[in-house]
Amino acid sequence: MADVTLRKVVKRYDEVEAVRGIDLDIADHEFVVLVGPSGCGKSTTLRMIAGLEDISDGDIMIGGDIVNDVPPKDRDIAMVFQNYALYPHMTVAENMSFGLRLKRYPKAEIKSRVDEAARMLDIVELVDRKPKQLSGGQRQRVAMGRAIVRNPKVFLFDEPLSNLDAKLRVQMRIEIKKVHQKVRTTTVYVTHDQVEAMTLADRVVVMNHGRIEQIGTPNELYHKPATKFVASFIGSPAMNFIPCRLEDVAGKLHVRLTDRLAFPLPLARAVRYQNVPRTENLLLGLRPEHITEARPHAQPGVETFDTVLDVTEPMGMETLIYFTLEGTQVCGRVNPNADAHDGAPFRLAVDLNNMHLLNEVTGVVL
Amino acid sequence: MSTVTIDKAAPTRKVKYGSISRDRAWALRWSYFFLVIFAIFFLTPPVYMLITSLKSSAEISAATNPWWVFHPTLENYIALLTSNQFLRFFWNSAIVSIFVVTITMLISVPAAFALSRMRFWGSATLATGVFLTYLIPETLLFIPLFKMFAVIGDWTGIQLINRWYVLLILYPTLTVPFCTWIMIGYFASIPKELDEAAIIDGASWFQTLTRIFIPVALPGLIAATIFAFTVSWAQFLYPLVFTTSTDQLVMPVGIITTLIKGDVFNWGQIMTGALLGAAPPLIIYAFLMDYYIAGLTAGATKG
Repeated sequence: MADVTLRKVVKRYDEVEAVRGIDLDIADHEFVVLVGPSGCGKSTTLRMIAGLEDISDGDIMIGGDIVNDVPPKDRDIAMVFQNYALYPHMTVAENMSFGLRLKRYPKAEIKSRVDEAARMLDIVELVDRKPKQLSGGQRQRVAMGRAIVRNPKVFLFDEPLSNLDAKLRVQMRIEIKKVHQKVRTTTVYVTHDQVEAMTLADRVVVMNHGRIEQIGTPNELYHKPATKFVASFIGSPAMNFIPCRLEDVAGKLHVRLTDRLAFPLPLARAVRYQNVPRTENLLLGLRPEHITEARPHAQPGVETFDTVLDVTEPMGMETLIYFTLEGTQVCGRVNPNADAHDGAPFRLAVDLNNMHLLNEVTGVVL
Repeated sequence: MSTVTIDKAAPTRKVKYGSISRDRAWALRWSYFFLVIFAIFFLTPPVYMLITSLKSSAEISAATNPWWVFHPTLENYIALLTSNQFLRFFWNSAIVSIFVVTITMLISVPAAFALSRMRFWGSATLATGVFLTYLIPETLLFIPLFKMFAVIGDWTGIQLINRWYVLLILYPTLTVPFCTWIMIGYFASIPKELDEAAIIDGASWFQTLTRIFIPVALPGLIAATIFAFTVSWAQFLYPLVFTTSTDQLVMPVGIITTLIKGDVFNWGQIMTGALLGAAPPLIIYAFLMDYYIAGLTAGATKG
């Protein structure tokens, strides 16, 4: 068990900087997920923590010790790979015990650790099988078992679920969370799937272009994104971004979306955005769940307007609706009983208490 | 506004049901036709050897049907298998081949591992270089090599020429590059994560090689072993040039030099000797054929 610290870590491949100066503190027992689109440097960061890649600059510390030049085997870490990387010629038990056997642990100790891990992962009856006799989910369990028996300081997961089908992925996600609740080992987990990131993490690290965009709990990232990238990456369907400007109408601050459409801001928001220049090009960020059908009773901060729906997508528990505002497609979520139809006029309500205002050029959330 | 008409007419060609299986049947017939031709072409010499080896010298020189044995006899076999000289050749061949195979594997497996996995400066160029050395024919090399060994003998007093163990230096120049190349291809087909997992599990490079790569690449390893054995068992030019005393000869050269005296060819014994010499590789192939093919094709596609 240990904390992991990254200080200004840089990875350069010849001319290209894959990771551009990352600072990250991961506390003991914490489950941290690195998430971002492919090529954002998240896997490279993980591999640098593992010691599979050299770091070009900066420091990596595990348990307070700088491990920049420590070989992987002496870092006391365990890693689970995307394609499982089980040794094909060994049985499940041999796979799990390989690391312990290399370190010459006593046989009884190895056996008890393998048995315990097998019980925890529910693979007791598989221990004598070879990897090719196992299904994808079972292989993933064995790969996790191989990590658990080592009882390392840190677990590293490199997109462990992306080779599984959707149903199994959800199941294994829960497995991983359960295992972490039991063993409490510090975990760094890499994924490109924001749902995986949100559901597993104590804290999520959103990365883009080799930099950290934002670090926070899943709720923080969802409700208080720092940049347009984070706002659009977290949440599905993604947040709507509608070009807008601030305007003073009769002494009240309004957000103007089109020539005919402007909403007065609720008081808290009006205070917050008071100093934003009125001429600046802005984006109004609204999550789909804050664009709903209009309700009969007016609520503070909720404004209604009429539009014509382009497309509706009934999802069962909700219906996704799409309409166009000045050339921008906007998505909302309405009650399935709200009588929303393709091409039909519809009265919508936007909840401006949950709005975000972004600088269109810099993408910074104001 | 033009209207788009969609042609819903049925295809003019008449669909023949089962035509795929009929095509397959013809393909099979043709492939068997050619296989039979190839089989006849390649099996005729050994069959002829077998027939001749069962004849006496008198019957061979008599003008009878060469494809039939009228008075079968084992006298050629008995003569060779009781001749110390022939057993000596066989023994020399066996020793040389076993040593060469061992030396080859000890060099080429770690070399292939290093070239395919340990990224170091110039490793890719070196891998290509290894293969290029295989392309140089021995006919080009034997004269300079002979000169080299002669000079070494003059300088150091270590006599290499006309000693069977000189072949232990010569054969690997043929086997090591090819086996290294096969093994590079085979190792390259092993996913990178497998050695990374081993390294994180605490394995050294050497342990990764011996406990992960060698077991996983066993088919390739067997293919390389068979290749090395075949090359050293059948090699003719180097032993012909570098060994002359009868007690130093290996079988292919031994048969030629002792059973052909001047213009007298002892055909019965030559055929018997060749047949007995072909037996060990044949037996090995028969048992390990599947591995050999699997190994070679893996090397071919991933090299």
